[in-house]
Amino acid sequence: MIFFKLFLVFSYIGLFNFGGGYAMLSFIQQEVVVKNQWVSDQEFTDIVAISNMTPGPIGINCATYVGYTSVMNDEALKSNLSPAALQCCGMLGSVLATVSVLWLPFILMLFISKLLLRYRNSWQVNAIFSGLRPAIIGLLAAAVLVLMTPSNFSNPRTDFIPFILSVAIFLSTFFGCRRFRWNPITVILCCAIAGIVFYGFIGL
Amino acid sequence: MLTELFLSFFRIGAFTIGGGAAMVPLMEAEIVNRKQWLSREEFLDIFAVSQATPGLMAGNMSSHIGYKVAGIKGAIVATLGTVLPSLVCILAIAIFFRIFRDNRWVEAAFRGIRPAVVALIALPVFSMARSAKVTWHNVWIPVLSTLLIWLLGVSPVWIIVISGTCGYLYGRYKRQTGK
Repeated sequence: MIFFKLFLVFSYIGLFNFGGGYAMLSFIQQEVVVKNQWVSDQEFTDIVAISNMTPGPIGINCATYVGYTSVMNDEALKSNLSPAALQCCGMLGSVLATVSVLWLPFILMLFISKLLLRYRNSWQVNAIFSGLRPAIIGLLAAAVLVLMTPSNFSNPRTDFIPFILSVAIFLSTFFGCRRFRWNPITVILCCAIAGIVFYGFIGL
Repeated sequence: MLTELFLSFFRIGAFTIGGGAAMVPLMEAEIVNRKQWLSREEFLDIFAVSQATPGLMAGNMSSHIGYKVAGIKGAIVATLGTVLPSLVCILAIAIFFRIFRDNRWVEAAFRGIRPAVVALIALPVFSMARSAKVTWHNVWIPVLSTLLIWLLGVSPVWIIVISGTCGYLYGRYKRQTGK
């Protein structure tokens, strides 16, 4: 049952995610894309792109969108429901994923925030976070590597020119945003135009 | 009061783009400076605690602040306010995109966008590495956890549990040996 699984997976993503929205991408990727295969890696990249451009924090956007897509991709529901009913289920899935990712930290906050405030400078809390912080950087890096696939960058054997183009887009986005503080949304829009010109008009 | 709280967080949610950290200055301006619901010290305490609790920064911050301002009802209302703009926007786009994603031009645009998105996810790796105090002494931790996830498919949950435990044990060892 997709709804129950969605609830479970997003509940424990919420509980174990210490690195904020970007670190959550690697949780979602492992649980939803790699393990359960509710969403393909190409779909996931598109979801991240859209989550980055729309209002709202990226983590919540991403959970909402993945919840919707997971339900819409579910074979059992697809074959048994009318398109309109499936849409309703998709919306339910998006609400469910969002609530699931938030509820455990919410409850935890009610109980332990006072404790944490008192002990946040204790050696125990500092020691735990001295281990967690560098590991979270690893989670972020893993999300990047897992997304470097032929479906996102084109296959160098069969589509050599699109592959080179993808690598060029990757590098210029990375260095442009890092060095010259390009606005991510502007970059995404420019890349969309580049995509339309190269793949749509020229037909590479 | 609750309506005001909801509207404040709804505005903050609607004007955040990107990671939850982008939300913090907006919250400070609204909650501390404009509405004066919390003092700056209280706000900074909440910020520190939110970073130390699991979950999303945006959700944690808004529920903490809501709780401080108006109790449990406040926490629920504030969280709803933060989440609602996301939910509405994303659902509208998701439904729309599902219909048009096989369109030739939309597909072409997204082929251009995908490599850029991967680069945008790569950016916080380096900016956060600095604030997480990653140095040559502990750079093996992120490298090892990356490889475990990427090559062996280890769940990030395990990485979090193990690295937290090891951090604690190492801290205790250092204390006992008096370094």
